[in-house]
Amino acid sequence: MNVPEELSYTKTHEWVKREGEIATVGITDHAQDELGDVVFIELPEEGASFDAGDSFGTIESVKAVSDLYTPVGGEVVEVNGTLNDNPERVNEDPYGGGWMIRLRTSEEGNLLSAEEYQKVLEEESD
Amino acid sequence: MAAPALRRTPLYEEHRALGARLVDFAGWEMPVRYVGIKAEHEAVRNEVGLFDVSHMGEVVFRGPEAEEAVQRLVTRDVSRLAVGQAGYAAVCYEDGGTVDDVLVYRRAGDFLIVVNASNREKDIEHFRSHTGDLDVDIIDESDGWGLLALQGPRAAELLQALTQTDLSGIRYYRFVEGELGISPVVLSRTGYTGEDGFEIFARPEDAPAIWRRLIEAGAVPVGLGARDTLRLEAGMCLYGNELDAETTPLEAGIGFAVHLDKEQEFVGQEALLEEKEEGLRKRLVGFKVEGRGIARHDYPVTVGGEPVGLVTSGTQSPTLDEAIGLALVAPEVEDRFEVVIRDRPVPSRAVPLPFYKREKR
Repeated sequence: MNVPEELSYTKTHEWVKREGEIATVGITDHAQDELGDVVFIELPEEGASFDAGDSFGTIESVKAVSDLYTPVGGEVVEVNGTLNDNPERVNEDPYGGGWMIRLRTSEEGNLLSAEEYQKVLEEESD
Repeated sequence: MAAPALRRTPLYEEHRALGARLVDFAGWEMPVRYVGIKAEHEAVRNEVGLFDVSHMGEVVFRGPEAEEAVQRLVTRDVSRLAVGQAGYAAVCYEDGGTVDDVLVYRRAGDFLIVVNASNREKDIEHFRSHTGDLDVDIIDESDGWGLLALQGPRAAELLQALTQTDLSGIRYYRFVEGELGISPVVLSRTGYTGEDGFEIFARPEDAPAIWRRLIEAGAVPVGLGARDTLRLEAGMCLYGNELDAETTPLEAGIGFAVHLDKEQEFVGQEALLEEKEEGLRKRLVGFKVEGRGIARHDYPVTVGGEPVGLVTSGTQSPTLDEAIGLALVAPEVEDRFEVVIRDRPVPSRAVPLPFYKREKR
């Protein structure tokens, strides 16, 4: 499973990229693999506010509907609209073109390092 | 106390070797996908795919009153089936609700009924309890059969290269005894995908070798995930969704499998005749979601905010790239309604079934 070093992670398989005040959020390679072919994503509007741990949207594979959780609280400043017509991007490029929302946040968040997230994956597969 | 272990078909090790994602289906450990539902779905539509459906049940009716027993239990008039012919039918309760949907095979000396894995025990109990007065043996042969489904436009071509049996002589819904290499098999030109194909009945000990030969010849392994998207596109019912104890075959749109004029009375016939006379309580419609979203099982259907039914099955159709579904709605519901997706009513419109039909060759 691909787990880029420079990102932070959650136990619920989201990743976070921090650039100053802005946090970009998506789901990990493991998450997209578990889901299977993504066919639909529901994302919030710009300006929406969330607390850490809130559901910010829904992702659907052929067989299942899953909630998406934000690792940090903040205000949505940008949404990846390309996922409306091309939800498969989440499968093809979960850390790049598959990014979902950008939040303005002052929180550090309770996040895992790449190494810690690897451990979570190892434990889950037992 | 630990949950009982899941049952495994003779092909379990093949699925593991292929890296299948395995899930609990009706108490069986079955592959939901191998490489991905969309890719597997497309392989069946465009080339040829192979399913393990060994978990399904096979029940034999044998004896002097076997035909009478079958006639009493199924909605189809099986006297019209020739030897070597199969027919789709419903099995009903006295009140017309559905016990199961099945395939009835007329063989030279007896009948074989193939039942859904999830209903095996229930069906046999129902069969026996309604035929106690008849001279018939009802035998559960399920553990004595492996069953593979080879489906797709290239299925006949691929299979013909592996058998001496002349497949061109097997018409749709007919079956023959034949061979695959050294294994005796029954080849049935039936399926649950809307494509041409064969269901292959084999001895359980022969199933793994047959599976491997078909894969080596180019059949793509396909899991239950794609099996569901394929059958939904083809407008076919799934017991537990479109059919159940509270839904009659007439309501579920499979009236073509119900012969209300059958001379020999079948369980539920009176109730169905009454329903036909008085009007259906609800009816199955196929629909496409016109707004943004995917309809799923149990989502409410409304007209102007008023509840009028429920979605029974729904998905994003891989072939059509649209959100499609089936719903059971009040009979007066017309073409346009809403499907409520996470509290949002999304405009949808009824469309004729099937959503997908294969090209006639």
